[in-house]
Amino acid sequence: MVDQTKRVPYFFIAPAVILFAIFTLYPILASLYLSFQTYEGGTYTFAGLDNYTRLMGDSIFWTALSNTFFIFIFQVPIMLILAMILASVLNSQLLRLKGFFRVSFFLPAVTSLVAYSLLFSIMLQNNGLFNEILSYVGIDAIPWLSDSFWAKFSIVMAMTWRWTGYNMIIFLAALQNIPEEMYEAASIDGAGKIRQFFSITVPSLKPIILFAGILSTIGTLQLFDEPFNLTSGGPGNATMTLGLYIYENGFEYFDFSYGSAIAYVVVMLVAILSYVQFKFTGDK
Amino acid sequence: MRQSIKTQKTFGKIGMYLLLSIFLVISVFPFYWMLVGSTNSSDKMFTSPPTLIPGDQFMTNLMNLDETVGIGRVLFNSLFVSGLYVVLALIVSATAAYAFAKFEFKGRNVIFTIFLLSMMIPYQATLIPLFQMMANYNLLNTYFALIAPQLCYPFAIFLMRQNFLAFPSELLESARLDGAGEFKIFMKIVLPSMKPALAATSIFLFMYQWNNFMWPLVAIRTADMYTFPVALSTLSGVSYTDYGQMMMGISIATIPIMIFFLVLQKHFISGMLGSAVK
Repeated sequence: MVDQTKRVPYFFIAPAVILFAIFTLYPILASLYLSFQTYEGGTYTFAGLDNYTRLMGDSIFWTALSNTFFIFIFQVPIMLILAMILASVLNSQLLRLKGFFRVSFFLPAVTSLVAYSLLFSIMLQNNGLFNEILSYVGIDAIPWLSDSFWAKFSIVMAMTWRWTGYNMIIFLAALQNIPEEMYEAASIDGAGKIRQFFSITVPSLKPIILFAGILSTIGTLQLFDEPFNLTSGGPGNATMTLGLYIYENGFEYFDFSYGSAIAYVVVMLVAILSYVQFKFTGDK
Repeated sequence: MRQSIKTQKTFGKIGMYLLLSIFLVISVFPFYWMLVGSTNSSDKMFTSPPTLIPGDQFMTNLMNLDETVGIGRVLFNSLFVSGLYVVLALIVSATAAYAFAKFEFKGRNVIFTIFLLSMMIPYQATLIPLFQMMANYNLLNTYFALIAPQLCYPFAIFLMRQNFLAFPSELLESARLDGAGEFKIFMKIVLPSMKPALAATSIFLFMYQWNNFMWPLVAIRTADMYTFPVALSTLSGVSYTDYGQMMMGISIATIPIMIFFLVLQKHFISGMLGSAVK
């Protein structure tokens, strides 16, 4: 009787563990192994760090890395700051129509990455909606998708549109846990709204900023759908990202080992950047 | 003095609404423009001043899109794959979450930690071996290949576990004393009280699968097995792009999931809020 109940949790957890082992754990380890091999004459042979040394001399890889970092460094902070501002405004007690704004801001986050990338690709054409609107405020047409700087900027813009509401909801959840009395006490002491934002809101959001920051880091480092559909990696390789380069090597040139090596560079970068963010935001 | 604080407050309020309205337009206007685009011909998307009212090309765009990608088949693929995926992944994550939340067993914390850590591993690190695995077993280009790999979705397990933790253990104990079997307890007592959590998780899972792009792009070889996002992405890149047709495709990809979200948004947002807090 007792022995039987001991087995119960294992039955409940078995499907998840088996599926995880086959479709997640095995592939993660297999691609690490693959990254140390090369394909020659129909078989895989152990090649040590060959793929990784090849990466060091691959200029497209370095372009992809620097593009990914450009997008990461601009997009993540802009988005998180906007999300925090919107969340703290929406958390204000005075406001009406809270639910309406909340749902509207979240709406972009439910659209498929392919759909919104294509939508932006239409709006950002040279004679498209964006330049048309700019012309009304006297700004000359910007070559959004055909200039190497603006193409990267276009991706930053599109991603910010797609993800700000999502992060806003995450921040809002955390804000609702800050007792209203803290703000009241601060106002009695004469602290203005902006002072309150920096001395109450930001410090109490620290752990959740870390959470959102790491999620966004993982998302940005494997960026694929947007450059694939919005810019096709172009012009030239101006929006080539690590995710896109893994796809090209793996599924256009069928160089699985090299593709796996790039994937593991991404794994390492995620680990390093998450660690840095932990150090940076964590007090302990 | 009092007066000035009051005016300051009014100004603050106006500023707040102004800021929110600007963001409202930015968030929502592209959707309106998408709908307008889907009812107009390709060149209407590049007029000056911009075309802001719906046109009469709805049917033409729909027919053209159908001719290019076969809407019925592609939509069926997406709905079938997403629907079956949600049901199966919900079972996998609910049972696992229940075990994590309500049982003490050897290895529990280790397994749970491994699941959580795996969320930090980029999906692309699994892509190539998954592809090789499916190719070896002749499973490329099948529904199985689309559904199976992400059935164990750690974030869904995490989300459900948070909710199961709140379920009173005394209820389980008394049901056991009454002689109810473990499986029956789970089905008849635990699950029915978890409806909001199940709803939130299923929206999350549905959105994931409905919008999934990279894996179907790799695993599917023929146009009759395309999911909607893959079919949609084939519309660009050809020498002449029919933007009316593309807008129609974007609308079809967006509207169902948007309605799904708007109907269930209370559950979804509260589910998200619940998970982020802990």
